[in-house]
Amino acid sequence: MIEQSNKKFYLVFLLVTIGLAGIVSFYASSSPDGLEKVAEDVGFIETAQDHSLDNSALADYGVAGIENERLSVGIAGIIGVIATGVLMYLIIKFISRKKP
Amino acid sequence: MAGLAVTLKSAKNKLDERSAPLIGLVAVFIFAVQMLNFPVAAGTSGHLLGGALAVVLVGPYAATLALTVVLLIQALLFADGGLTALGLNIFNMGFVGVWVSYAIFVLIYKILAKFGSQKTSVVIAGSIAAFISVPAAASAFVFQYWIGGVATYSTTTVLGAMVGTHILIGVGEAIITFLTISAVISTRKDLVYGANKISTKGAKS
Repeated sequence: MIEQSNKKFYLVFLLVTIGLAGIVSFYASSSPDGLEKVAEDVGFIETAQDHSLDNSALADYGVAGIENERLSVGIAGIIGVIATGVLMYLIIKFISRKKP
Repeated sequence: MAGLAVTLKSAKNKLDERSAPLIGLVAVFIFAVQMLNFPVAAGTSGHLLGGALAVVLVGPYAATLALTVVLLIQALLFADGGLTALGLNIFNMGFVGVWVSYAIFVLIYKILAKFGSQKTSVVIAGSIAAFISVPAAASAFVFQYWIGGVATYSTTTVLGAMVGTHILIGVGEAIITFLTISAVISTRKDLVYGANKISTKGAKS
């Protein structure tokens, strides 16, 4: 049972998270990240292979078929939050069930 | 894999009803913030790894679990971080990032708590741990590059470039960690692992 006072805290935490993934993510820098940049500069980026799931519907944080960039990134972000949340929930449920 | 099994087992023992929702929330929060690449230098960006943040809020075992789930979702759903690199990514960010953060956090926290308030000590120790954890995880990558490198570039060049860039990213990591821990600890100190589960003998409260 989640106590009443905790509920509000968790709700705010969740809303902030959804706001970050769904709205703020659009403004994220699209420059290569630290590892990619070093790989390009030094030259070992060529050893990287294409991701075998590159053509999946959510590859590179966009929803395939949605033209609007803002919407596409935002929905991808929210799907990611839900997927992460569901997987965490399942794992926590699974490991705490086995508790003696 | 063995490391993951130990993590699951230990996470189970540390898990109580109160902390479970927070662990889940920390994972989704880290997923969201990892999407937010911030510019660090011309043409380069960085994003949160989240190891130190998770350690302070939920402890090292749950932190490794949360990071692992985030990296799994990124690789499987968003084609970010290769499938073949997944094991190493989990190792670098989920183990090295988390446990380096934990060690530094505990060390600095215990020193600071002797002099200052508990809240401030947690926030500062967490931020310093965040700053150091990023170049540490980057160095772990370079080590693997050195062992298995198929590319033909000198390891020292790669090490210099990786650590240099990631020190800048570490500053961003420290700022985000600082803001997040400050926000959580000022509203719900009782839920913060770093403020409750680490003994500080002779500390002010």
